[in-house]
Amino acid sequence: MFAIFSAVIIIFSILTVTSRRILRAATFLLFVLVATGGMYFLLRFNFLAAIQLTLYAGGIVVLIIFSILLTSHIGEKLEKPDMKKIIPAFLAAAFGAVITISTIIQHNFPTEVICGSERTNIRVIAKSLISTEKFGYALPFEVISILLLAAMVGAIILAKKRKD
Amino acid sequence: MFEGVPLTWFLITGTIMFFVGIYGFLVRKNLITILMSTELILNSVNINFVAFNKILYPDHLEGMFFGIFIIAVAAAEASVAIAIIINIYRRLVNIDVEKMDEMKY
Repeated sequence: MFAIFSAVIIIFSILTVTSRRILRAATFLLFVLVATGGMYFLLRFNFLAAIQLTLYAGGIVVLIIFSILLTSHIGEKLEKPDMKKIIPAFLAAAFGAVITISTIIQHNFPTEVICGSERTNIRVIAKSLISTEKFGYALPFEVISILLLAAMVGAIILAKKRKD
Repeated sequence: MFEGVPLTWFLITGTIMFFVGIYGFLVRKNLITILMSTELILNSVNINFVAFNKILYPDHLEGMFFGIFIIAVAAAEASVAIAIIINIYRRLVNIDVEKMDEMKY
């Protein structure tokens, strides 16, 4: 199961950044996000997986597709990026990936840890989101809510039609 | 299900996704595709948080909360970015990063 999700994530994320039709790239991004949600289900974070599916796959991808429909023609292909740009970008990405993966492989993570395989209780999540004690997340919760409000107001103001 | 899978595989998946996002961020010219690469990067970080949380500290929930906050930040960022993109399109009638030098001088 993990192998399937991992393969889907890797293949479709590569297709997302290389596809020359922009609507297809958005669809591949949707596949990547749904597979990530599946990986959360695999790790038994059901609430997080539900958020991933509704907010990412449902909200952000739909927003991106709407903006694609508003700003570009459907059948049109993006122009091919020139080699002068591809080679340094590919080298940078490959170099970083090789360094990071070799570090991960060399590090000995404890393997015999017993995994908590029970589902996360939604009541625990709700209580720690509003508690101010240790392991409570009341302050980040409020900060995020102000950030979302500011983003909403900013988006409305930016996208509004000007009078002049 | 995931019990036989070591933490390393989750981290490698996240790493590959992250650097594919970096590659797309550097190569693409269209603003919306750059936004999609950013979403890939944020999502890969989320996988790492969640895998660390479940496999190393199964009785805590920090990784999951940070995952939730990252998703919220990503949603806010996407909405503002798309508002900016639509505004730019309305003024300049394209969203190619190399043709956008109105504010340069």
